Amino acid sequence: MYRYDQYDQTLVDERVAQFRDQVARWQAGELTDDEFRPLRLQNGIYIQRHAPMFRIAVPYGMLASRQLRCLADLGRRYDRGYGHFTTRHNLQFNWPKIEDVPEMLAALAKVQMHAIQTSGNCIRNITTDQFAGVAADEILDPRPLCEIMRQWSTFHPEFAFLPRKFKIAVNGAKEDRALTWFHDIGLHIVRTDDGVVGFRVIVGGGLGRTPIRGEVVREFLPWQDILTYCEAIIRVYNRYGRRDNPFKARIKILVQALGVEEFGRQVEAEWAHLKGGPATITQAEYERVTAFFEPPAYATLPAIDAAFVQQQADSVPFARWVERNVRPHRVPGYASVTLSLKKPGTAPGDVTSDQMDAAADLADEYSFGELRVTHEQNLVLADVEQRQLFALWQEAKAAGFATPNIGLLTDMICCPGGDFCDLANARSIPVANAVQARFDDLDYLWDIGDIDLNFSGCMNSCGHHHVGNIGILGVDKGNEEWYQITLGGEQGNDARLGKVIGPSFAAADVPDVIETIIRFYVEQRREDERFIDTFRRLGIDAFKVAVYGDKARLKAA
Amino acid sequence: MSSLIKNRQAVADDFTLLRLADGEAAETVALPAGPLLVPLAVWRARKAELQARGAPLGVWLDVGEGPEAIADELAAFAVIGVNFPKFTDGRGYSTARLLRQRHGFEGEIRAIGDVLHDQLFLMARCGFDAFALKDGKNAELALRAFETFREPYQAAVDRAEPLFRRHRRAA
Ligand code: HEM
Ligand code: SF4
Repeated sequence: MYRYDQYDQTLVDERVAQFRDQVARWQAGELTDDEFRPLRLQNGIYIQRHAPMFRIAVPYGMLASRQLRCLADLGRRYDRGYGHFTTRHNLQFNWPKIEDVPEMLAALAKVQMHAIQTSGNCIRNITTDQFAGVAADEILDPRPLCEIMRQWSTFHPEFAFLPRKFKIAVNGAKEDRALTWFHDIGLHIVRTDDGVVGFRVIVGGGLGRTPIRGEVVREFLPWQDILTYCEAIIRVYNRYGRRDNPFKARIKILVQALGVEEFGRQVEAEWAHLKGGPATITQAEYERVTAFFEPPAYATLPAIDAAFVQQQADSVPFARWVERNVRPHRVPGYASVTLSLKKPGTAPGDVTSDQMDAAADLADEYSFGELRVTHEQNLVLADVEQRQLFALWQEAKAAGFATPNIGLLTDMICCPGGDFCDLANARSIPVANAVQARFDDLDYLWDIGDIDLNFSGCMNSCGHHHVGNIGILGVDKGNEEWYQITLGGEQGNDARLGKVIGPSFAAADVPDVIETIIRFYVEQRREDERFIDTFRRLGIDAFKVAVYGDKARLKAA
Repeated sequence: MSSLIKNRQAVADDFTLLRLADGEAAETVALPAGPLLVPLAVWRARKAELQARGAPLGVWLDVGEGPEAIADELAAFAVIGVNFPKFTDGRGYSTARLLRQRHGFEGEIRAIGDVLHDQLFLMARCGFDAFALKDGKNAELALRAFETFREPYQAAVDRAEPLFRRHRRAA
């Protein structure tokens, strides 16, 4: 993965000094709370229900074992011994003190990490496919270009005070695993018939209270031009995006207001001045950065390891884990493993400091010392030898990472919700846990198969409920916590938004409702039909009848 | 009076900043003597009069007033002010860059309004060279802000090339 040179290191060290000074001036009263607020936000610090939350960037999800150990240590020293992986590859602490953050940043800088632009109205951490570099369907490894874009966006002098936050996702494979259709800018790496590499550029997607699928603003952009083109897009947005109402300030609202053709015309007019300018990426820089992402020193192995096959035959639990949590790898004899952070009964995405250390050890032992954070709030060991999988599985089990549920109902995305977040309408974690508990029978869970259940505590949609096959949204009704259900959302190439099925439910009823929906699916499905396929075939009305037919029992309001 | 930082030094401000108060009209507002920084509306209404005064002249652009509005008349101005009604409104950064990089303005570009210590570094990168700090802010202290980062990544007004073109970087 990328390693800092003296320029990168100096910059994050200077950042620590800058933030230390800002905190000191704020404490001395030289900076008012209002003046300090955007500064701390641009450093990942929210003030929330109990304490400040502190969000640390994991650029495009890549994490070295020594970095994870540093996070574990910070969790013990400054938090309550755990952290939370978010849907945008970041790690969030829930209980630090603002006064401690400069020290935390200093420790992070030593392992080449920072919290720059993890919040605030600026360009945020760039996200990508967790299987970048190892996926069989990859067109080009997106990580070098993500790193080049990370550097370009870091302290971009013109774009520190945009109308609203700005999120970019890049996908380099045929299948979209980065939710690119729902970002402010989504980029697909494409290769033309004559082998030229570039991007399809999507703008104006987003979730939040006005969920909108992005639109293609340019079918093909040579990769060298990505910085100048993004600069053109963001300059148009910075100048003309709405600032009168924070709920209407995302770029998606501007794109909708102008129409994508007119928006694209303005971008092209701006870009005409920037195209070919100094921000055009040079071949030398591309090669320099790409060298950091060269494949590791893989062993030469048979495509299928005989002992691994035998172990699966001998142990049903192991075979199950392999089926759900292990993916084929580009290199013969290797596999990619997802460590599940969705053990029922824990908050999805939460990891204890001890688990972080354990995951770092697993990475060192089995996967060249590197991990990735996924937008589904799990961890990935990308490069594991098949012949080591059995040993890895046993260690992962001991550390609580081996729940064989990747892609299943209990592998849900969930935001921190009302337990931690001031904006929440309702708690999400306890209700998510109640749903997990309802589906504790592994055979049943397996029989249900692939399904995305996403949970947000309010319409800000941090838990991506709009794109869950089943989405749960916390709503506030006369100061009580209620939950609205959407069905039919999807991520991937065919990403789309789910639809609300009807009136919302009390917390206690949510597991029943989910069970009703699932039971209806199981009764109705054909052969190998996934939940989403059955839903598409039958349509939402069939599910509505299934859910609201028995109104009295469900107390639907 | 707010303190002015110019060319990285705290200096006395000899310009008068004219803002239209409620009820004042661009056509009729009294023009104080001496170097004067006027709103775009006043410039538009009273070009001949302003140019005949014989004192240094500046115009200031509010958010929503792009540099296109004065692009053909830049030679008339010693100073162009760019207003920040709130420091969180970042439109002025684009305005300054466009004035310098697209329209070739070489005079003073002055940040006015809610201008604070912690934005100076970014503003300077975008082409501002004068900063009318908000009242009560310490100009001497703020001078340190220009040194925040030695080698930023991007090309901007202060550095014509991005880091990857300025330096050979380790692989
Ligand atoms: C508890 C502290 C948090 C607060 C106060 C917060 C606040 C918000 C707000 C206000 C929005 C809506 C932005 C908009 O529509 O313009 C939002 C969106 C979002 N947040 Fe959070 N959030 C928090 C934690 C998280 C966490 C932990 C995650 C990841 C699990 C997350 C991921 C996201 C995502 C993915 C979006 C959707 C972006 C979009 O609109 O496209 N947030 N958040
Ligand atoms: S979705 Fe709402 S409740 Fe959940 S973290 Fe985001 S803002 Fe908070």
